[in-house]
Amino acid sequence: MGVEAYVAVSAALFALGIVCIVARRNILYVLMGIEMILNAANINFVAFNRFNGDGLDGRMFAIFVIIMAAAEAAVALAIVLNVFHLFQSIKPSEVDLLRE
Amino acid sequence: MEPLTQLDYKLLLAVPLIPLLGYVVNIFFGRKLPRQGDWLLTGGMFAVMCITVYMFFKFVGAGGFHESVAEGGPAYGWLYSLGHGKADGLNVVAGILYDPLGAAMLAAVGVVSFFIHLFSMGYMQGDRRYHIFFANISLFTFAMLGLVLADSILFLFIFWELMGLMSYLLIGHFSHDPDSPRITQAAAASKKAFLTTRVGDTCLLFGMAIFYWKFQTFQLSELWALSAEEVARNGGEYPAWMTVGGLFIFGGTVGKSAQFPLHIWLPDAMEGPTPVSAMIHAATMVAAGVFLLGRCFPMMSPTVLAVATTVGAFTALFAATIGCTVNDIKGVLAYSTISQLGFMVAAIGTGGLGLVAGLFHMVTHAFFKACLFLCAGSVIHACHHEQDMQKMGGLRKKLPITFAAMLICTLAIAGAPLFAGFYSKDRILQSAIQSWATGFGGASAFAVIALTLAAALTSFYMFRLIFLTFFGEPRDHHVHEHAHESPWPMTTALIALALGGVFAGKVWLRDFDLLGHHTWFTDMVSADTLYPGVQLANQLTIDAHTSHLAHSWALGISLTVAFLGFSLALWIYGLRRLDPARITARLGEVYAAVARKYYVDELVNATVVRGTSALSRGLTWIDARLVDGVVNLTGSFNRGLGFFSAGFDNRVVDGLVNWVAYTTQAFGAVARLFQTGRIQQYVSFAVAGGLLLAAGLILF
Repeated sequence: MGVEAYVAVSAALFALGIVCIVARRNILYVLMGIEMILNAANINFVAFNRFNGDGLDGRMFAIFVIIMAAAEAAVALAIVLNVFHLFQSIKPSEVDLLRE
Repeated sequence: MEPLTQLDYKLLLAVPLIPLLGYVVNIFFGRKLPRQGDWLLTGGMFAVMCITVYMFFKFVGAGGFHESVAEGGPAYGWLYSLGHGKADGLNVVAGILYDPLGAAMLAAVGVVSFFIHLFSMGYMQGDRRYHIFFANISLFTFAMLGLVLADSILFLFIFWELMGLMSYLLIGHFSHDPDSPRITQAAAASKKAFLTTRVGDTCLLFGMAIFYWKFQTFQLSELWALSAEEVARNGGEYPAWMTVGGLFIFGGTVGKSAQFPLHIWLPDAMEGPTPVSAMIHAATMVAAGVFLLGRCFPMMSPTVLAVATTVGAFTALFAATIGCTVNDIKGVLAYSTISQLGFMVAAIGTGGLGLVAGLFHMVTHAFFKACLFLCAGSVIHACHHEQDMQKMGGLRKKLPITFAAMLICTLAIAGAPLFAGFYSKDRILQSAIQSWATGFGGASAFAVIALTLAAALTSFYMFRLIFLTFFGEPRDHHVHEHAHESPWPMTTALIALALGGVFAGKVWLRDFDLLGHHTWFTDMVSADTLYPGVQLANQLTIDAHTSHLAHSWALGISLTVAFLGFSLALWIYGLRRLDPARITARLGEVYAAVARKYYVDELVNATVVRGTSALSRGLTWIDARLVDGVVNLTGSFNRGLGFFSAGFDNRVVDGLVNWVAYTTQAFGAVARLFQTGRIQQYVSFAVAGGLLLAAGLILF
């Protein structure tokens, strides 16, 4: 099985993540979509490392990305709590203060 | 001849500075000082007198010529760093020039000014502006002392102008006193004096400018040397431009020394207090014009000198005739001053000996004319400000000291032997006669005749004054009864100046050379000692024989005419053998013309004053109509332009700015539609954009 399969899985996961971000009405799903996109990137890192490289660079990046994602999730959940506190809602369509 | 020491120079520098300091103190603090500070200024003048007389005896007995710039004395650079000798451009250095003429004049000014100050302490008592009077008269003295000491014609001119200003202030002294009965006359007289002398001052300024333009220096000693060089280069003839420049400088003398036709200010200057008249007529102001001629003599071409002789001789005779008709005691003295100044100017015009004689007469005249004026002041003081001689008479017993002093000085001015005026006037006539005999042209011939007649008239009108004032029966008993001798400061001044009137010409008690073959002034001052090392091309060489003969003639003539004048006065006014009224009736129109001062004032009023007024009215019209019209037109034009400009601004410029704003707003309204603030929408746009970009990259 070649690298194309991994890339295809990654692309699918990315597309799902995008759809999740754009379409869902709950901000937690948006966060999940972001995680999915990050993991799609991880799959790419690992796959390209496995097929093209001879070091551990790609895998190290993947580990970094996972740590980044954990940190991001912590910050994002804090933001979500504040958003809920401010708007009494966690619907992204109602959080439109940037417009002003 | 030793150069002056630094101490001597400091003393000379102190001479003008003492009255200047006195002025500053008195003008600011005079009112608060005891006796309004008159003792301070008079004391200062006493110091000045001591210094000037000391310096005079110390150095001038031996003769000499001292210039502080050349000898390392005090000299101050102005517009240029201090340097010696000639330099390029504006080399203006103020230093001291102390030569025989300066020494004699400085001593005369010092002595006369001190006694005038002393006299004023009595005469001006109770004046409303007593301290200001003293301050001003002190600054007046300062100006004259500075003028005498100045070594450059520019500084001479500065002091000259200062003197003009001070004469204006002092003549107009009573114009600030609301109680004075002659307040308007005083104001008019001071204006007249200032404006008339201004004509002369302007001439002098032009003259200075012409010489500066050619020679690039104001230093007198350099001007003399350069003039001599210029004449030598021109083959011994004076170039035309020097004649023009010399005439302009002579114009300064005409204004300041009250020569015809600018003499009109001097009689009116009598409106000032009497000490001021004495100051103006004797030591300062009018002497400055003659002094200037003495200082600029080497720059004068023979033509200028001939003009000077003619003008001077004419003025001498002209003023003497008027002097015979005046009834105001000070007026007689005023015209006598004009006449005597004419003598001096005419004498200097004849050159050589005449130069010395004219300057000699200036110095002796300072003493006796100051004394005469102060005597007149004393008489006026005694008669409660009555100045008309027709109302006096018989005052000799009431005012013995004044009478004695006035008689002595009258003898001096009339040229009686042994008195000061005799020695100097004698030499003036001698110079005129000898230059006539040697062929100096028609000017000298005119001078001989005019000066002889003027000398006779001088004797006549002065004795007329004496007889009318002091002899005969009192004509106004009210005036006579209240007359009293003046207080001691005044009489002291009179006695001292009367002594000057006797001995200023020659101290004949010393060697009994009564006819004055040698006098201190002629021994000390000559063209050689005045302008050392300068070759004068504008005077004649006169052999000893002619000179001797001329002296004999002059002696005979002057004694004869003085005696004739005296006899006539005695006949008419002393013994009353002839009624003056009958003589005036016989003379008719002639007398009227003389008594009206030959209508010069009327002529000047009709031409110069009216002309100036008419000109100024014309100029006012031009100003009001043409100039204002042009200005208003420009204003209206600018206003129109302003409206146009405002319209352009409001419509075009503002429109453009607003248009930009509207456009930006319109774009903003469109762009606003995309800015929903919804993150998901933004992400959709980003993804769609990314997809489009990718599709584009793949397809194209």
